[in-house]
Amino acid sequence: MVAAPATNAPVHQSPAGGATLAIRNLHVNIDSREIIHGIDLTVNKGEVHAILGPNGSGKSTLAYALMGHPRYAVTSGEVELKGEDLLAMSADERSRNGLFLCFQYPTSIPGIQMGNFLRLAMKARFGDAAIKTFRKELTEKLRILKMDESYMRRYLNEGFSGGEKKKAEILQMALLKPEIAIMDETDSGLDVDAFKVVADGVNAMRGPDVGFVVITHYNRMLEYIKPDFVHVLIGGKIVKSGGPELALAVDQHGYQPILEELREQGVEIELMEEAGATYAREEPTEREHDPFRSHGLTGL
Amino acid sequence: MATDIEVTSKELAIHVDPNRERLLREAEKELPLEYSAGWSDPEAYFFKSGRGVSRETVEMISRMKNEPAWMLDRRIKAYDHFLSRKMPSWGADLSEINFDEMYYYIKPASEQGKTWDDVPQDIKNTFDKLGIPEAERKFLAGVSAQYESEVVYHSLREDLEKLGVIFTDMDSGLREYPEIVKRYFGTVIPYKDNKFAALNTAVWSGGSFVYVPKGVHVAIPLQAYFRINAKNAGQFERTLIIADEGSYVHYIEGCTAPIWSEDSLHSAVVELIAMKDATIRYTTVQNWSNNVYNIVTKRAVAHENATVAWIDGNLGSKVTMKYPAVYLLGRGSKAEIVSAAFANQGQVQDAGGKVWHCAPETTSTITSKSVSKGNGRTSFRGWLKIYKGCVDSVSAMRCDAMLLDKECRSDTYPTIEVDEEKVALGHEATVSKIGEEELFYLMSRGLSEREAITQIVNGFIEPFTKTLPMEYAIELNRLIQMQMDGAVG
Repeated sequence: MVAAPATNAPVHQSPAGGATLAIRNLHVNIDSREIIHGIDLTVNKGEVHAILGPNGSGKSTLAYALMGHPRYAVTSGEVELKGEDLLAMSADERSRNGLFLCFQYPTSIPGIQMGNFLRLAMKARFGDAAIKTFRKELTEKLRILKMDESYMRRYLNEGFSGGEKKKAEILQMALLKPEIAIMDETDSGLDVDAFKVVADGVNAMRGPDVGFVVITHYNRMLEYIKPDFVHVLIGGKIVKSGGPELALAVDQHGYQPILEELREQGVEIELMEEAGATYAREEPTEREHDPFRSHGLTGL
Repeated sequence: MATDIEVTSKELAIHVDPNRERLLREAEKELPLEYSAGWSDPEAYFFKSGRGVSRETVEMISRMKNEPAWMLDRRIKAYDHFLSRKMPSWGADLSEINFDEMYYYIKPASEQGKTWDDVPQDIKNTFDKLGIPEAERKFLAGVSAQYESEVVYHSLREDLEKLGVIFTDMDSGLREYPEIVKRYFGTVIPYKDNKFAALNTAVWSGGSFVYVPKGVHVAIPLQAYFRINAKNAGQFERTLIIADEGSYVHYIEGCTAPIWSEDSLHSAVVELIAMKDATIRYTTVQNWSNNVYNIVTKRAVAHENATVAWIDGNLGSKVTMKYPAVYLLGRGSKAEIVSAAFANQGQVQDAGGKVWHCAPETTSTITSKSVSKGNGRTSFRGWLKIYKGCVDSVSAMRCDAMLLDKECRSDTYPTIEVDEEKVALGHEATVSKIGEEELFYLMSRGLSEREAITQIVNGFIEPFTKTLPMEYAIELNRLIQMQMDGAVG
């Protein structure tokens, strides 16, 4: 099923009855410039897929395009969610059909109380019946995420710290119970404690009912949320897929060896010229300080 | 000098029912989504003047009301001034107002009702439909219902009456408390203030007269309800509220009218006097139909340590011009002006607030939120003056405008004059559209585009909504939702 890239990745078969999320030859433009040059990816419930890639490789573009952001134009390709044409749906329909995007930079909206917003979102996804059990469920999720009840009276993401914002995203994900959850750089900008809470929250959700696409810049996330499949996205294409060992290789050697390998095979990759697009082994920049190195928490 | 002063209305936020949020949501489900006050009653009036205004009209009104000579004299002077004064040209376009077409005095019934059963059936039905008697039973301390030119029903809770609280229509006020009225009438807004204040002074009828004795705290609101019914009607109510030392009163007014193709004119004058340590809170939720010119002069004086809050919501009318104002006369006095305006297709909401700091240690905040849609137009006019010697005064002016379409327009005209160095001043103005990112974020959580926009708009005016008692917050949210129909262009 999967049009596997020219790699030695294990071919990823979807079970009978079709994949939960099937992306075929997806091309995406931003402001008439093509950023994604044909991506194939299949994600089933119960699986965790990691997408690794340097800055500017198109990771967030993929996430936004899948969720249906109006500025991200799909120019060709197909995406199916549970056998239905995802691209024909508006963002809210995608959500109601079980897709969730955990935002890298969640938008804050003044005047809308978190609690009311969550209730509206639950009602949109599950109908009026969900309102009855909402309170109970909310209390439970807040406990898991070590979030105080007072969050619910605050305005949506307004004045939240980086960690609070990410926790709020995980809270929404836990309540909305998506079938496919895309996590866009959820690890960025978190301190160790917040990171652990977030990772625990995700791990608590893992199971046969949900498939994850974990987009990340560093390997740290994947030590806590162990992926079943790892894909390397460079220049708007998935250039290599594999198992958890691929993430380790990237962490140790950067993307350069993969690029060389591709060059040998004669595969052309359009590298981004944006600032910050580096292909050597990356050290965390100052802005995205990686707390794990300084805390000696990585086992690498 | 400009510093960051956070504009908050914490003191104003109403703390009532802990279930407020839940009740709000439940109530919203059942409300209709159209201008629901647009019906009209057949005209079966006790008296209706001819069209147009003249010296004879003015004299006739005064005669019918059996007024003292000084009031007639005031009316005549005001009428002369009205004639001599040019139409204001600095604001909204008023050139279509035809003063000769209007009816200036309509007396719907021969007498005011003591109970709702005394009120003529059609009129009673109208107020029933508007939910006034129900609101009165549930949460009001007193009610005044004005229909055309006269207050047709009036009540005040007995316990408040015993405490010496006066809440009556202005005409009765003049008859029963001539000394107080003579002493204060026109002292805050003299008839020469502007053309429409002059017109009001010449032909005024109805409105409220409120006096709260020293130290009396009227914990639940007094409400006045204004209804215009006839085509081309002019409504010129006159309100005077005096809160004596250390007292508290919250006065609320609501307004509606039928939908006619002919224009009506609502031109009120409202004067507030807050004595030492007193608090007056004046809330308006104006939902006139879109054929009403709503040109109102509202002003207050605040003596030592007194607080005046104008909470001003403008959703209806064809054109509104209204800038509630406060003179801070006493040391430590405070003014809070919170306004919200919604200009839909064909509407002009020209609103704002004015404060004059005339004493040291005075505080003012002017907060305005406006939303424009279709070709609707909102303007904010803020006027802040701090006189020399008003040391340690603090003022913050903030206006935020949201534009929902490409055609709509919003303008901001702040005037700030400060003659004293030792003050803290903040001014901020923003214009925003419904952000693509905000919309996308909410939609990515399953909210439809319309739901998402409504949430964003409600969130935007939330600083205003939270100052309203729940029943009015419900009404406001409903009106916003109604206005949002077809917001998605």
